[in-house]
Amino acid sequence: MLDAILSPEFFSSILRLTTPILFATLAATIAAKSGIINMALEGIMLFCALFGVIFSSLTGSAWLGLLLTLIAGGLIGYILAFFVLKLKTDEIIAAIAINLIAAGGTVLLMLAFSGDRGNSASIISFQTPRINIVGLGKIPFLGEVLSNHNILTYFSLISVVILHFLIYKTPLGLKIRAVGENKDAAESVGISSQKVQFIALIISGVLAAAGGFFLSGGYMTKFTTNMTAGRGYIALAASSMGGNTPIGGLLVSIIFGTAQALANAMQLSTLPSELVQMLPYLVTIVGLGFYSYRLKKKHERLSGK
Amino acid sequence: MSNTTKFNVFRTAVAIIIALAISFGIILLVSEEPVTAILKLITGPLQKSRYFGNVIEAMIPLIFTGVGVSIMFTANQINLAGEGSFHIGGLVASVIAIYVTLPLGLHPIVCILLAGLAGSVVTLIPALMKVKTNADELVSSLMINYLVLFFCNFILLKVIRDPVTGAGSYLLPKSASLSVIFSGTRIHTGLILAILVALLGYLFLYKTKIGYEIRLTGENEKFAKYSGINVVKVVLISQLVGGFICGIGGGVEILNPIYDRFTWAGLLGYGWDAIIILTLAKKNPLYVPVSAFFLAYLRTGASIMARATDVSAEIVLIIQGIIIVLIVANQFLSKYKNKMIEKEAKKNLNIKEAE
Repeated sequence: MLDAILSPEFFSSILRLTTPILFATLAATIAAKSGIINMALEGIMLFCALFGVIFSSLTGSAWLGLLLTLIAGGLIGYILAFFVLKLKTDEIIAAIAINLIAAGGTVLLMLAFSGDRGNSASIISFQTPRINIVGLGKIPFLGEVLSNHNILTYFSLISVVILHFLIYKTPLGLKIRAVGENKDAAESVGISSQKVQFIALIISGVLAAAGGFFLSGGYMTKFTTNMTAGRGYIALAASSMGGNTPIGGLLVSIIFGTAQALANAMQLSTLPSELVQMLPYLVTIVGLGFYSYRLKKKHERLSGK
Repeated sequence: MSNTTKFNVFRTAVAIIIALAISFGIILLVSEEPVTAILKLITGPLQKSRYFGNVIEAMIPLIFTGVGVSIMFTANQINLAGEGSFHIGGLVASVIAIYVTLPLGLHPIVCILLAGLAGSVVTLIPALMKVKTNADELVSSLMINYLVLFFCNFILLKVIRDPVTGAGSYLLPKSASLSVIFSGTRIHTGLILAILVALLGYLFLYKTKIGYEIRLTGENEKFAKYSGINVVKVVLISQLVGGFICGIGGGVEILNPIYDRFTWAGLLGYGWDAIIILTLAKKNPLYVPVSAFFLAYLRTGASIMARATDVSAEIVLIIQGIIIVLIVANQFLSKYKNKMIEKEAKKNLNIKEAE
């Protein structure tokens, strides 16, 4: 058991399991920075997991499939923004609606394309490649952990840097933060809060789409019903625990990835697997409690109580 | 009927019509026999009394979670653990039914009450976390649902599984199950309980002091606090009561005479269904049975359609999604609403001038 956990394969699996959660967490972060809770991540990921299979199969290329899937994700983000910002729908209810439509729509679409309700195995789809970074694989242990991952795993890590830069170093990022902190103050200095939130939700949709594509076109080449299994919700928790910052989100995502990898490794042990499966969610709840408690105390201190 | 109510009814109707129209469009695209499919979806439940009985039967769990979640949401707590409450309610009722022997009339009552208590515990966790640590109840309740699911799977597979059947629990004794009211259908005594819960839920929210405090807290927490309401208490009680009702719902559902074993291996989604029900019913428990009927009718129609044609029943989820998003969209048909207000104002003005 301990041997299995200390092996490079185990650490490598952490990175693999972190990838979809990290993408979704970043998606939650950018939306939260603009002041919107994007609970539709679950639905966007689910839709895009299926779209990945369909698009890569139709175009015959993993890359084109990925591109189209990212566009589709951005489009769903746009639709969510349209309902929330233009039609003034409650953001949670709009998200629940998108998640419901995704749960039903993916089954219908898959049935139409593959004739199967359970998974899309009959559709021939393509995977984005695994890559070996020159020289990295030669480092003992660490090399085995870090190299030979799907290219999307590296993309997810790069996205953390890009998003951090976007939020903290660009004029758009400043606007997003301003709108998220105080919409009225931002409006008063001439920022169109609606435009900024639209952009944030579209970026959020694209990031969630990358996470969804990774599920069905990253380490496997098929879509299965409800394959997101709550990762979109975990991402909301991860983003909130990470203080809604990309770097914080990365750290918390790795914790979840580790919890999931542990759960997978422990399924081979004598412990009941159902209890082990609770681990990632338990970690989330306890972590969220601690984080929120600390934040609450800090606020109380600052407000001089 | 005031103009606002009239407008709300009108808007709900338009939302439903648009959602149905879109789903007909989808059926036309995916089906080889679209006309039969649409007919089955719309008129299927009316074709046989047994089918209509299925509609009424399907209403029962929807009423419970609809009322429970309405009460939780009225306090402005987006607590989504009603799903978990329902699931654990089903498990607890099964465990009590299997291991405790009680006289005929008492057995289901004890099972259902304990199911309710278990349901309360589940919704209370996010509420306590909110009150004590300020943790967002939306996020924590979503995680709780998965915890509950895996915990129930553990009990199902490692404790109450009947080795003879494979995936199901030991037989639920007949002494614990509810009885059928109308023979020839599957409508059981749970229906009476569900209607009762809807009535009591209405009285609780609209005719008691604590109900008033819950509504006030939900509308404006700061104002409620300044008017001397103990907001913490109000939040906890509302979540406790809501979870209790969802838990009862799970208990009643598993004691439905058609089930003879506990077999739920995944979340059933009644907690999410509650969201569409409460948007249709405007969070008023009194209207919950009506919206539950609508949803149950649609579901039953869809499953009849799925059996008879090549369209799968999941299309209902799409209809549901479109309906709730349109009903909650404040700006949807708002131009029409403004016109209606304008017209009424003009009319009033004319009356005044005439005087």
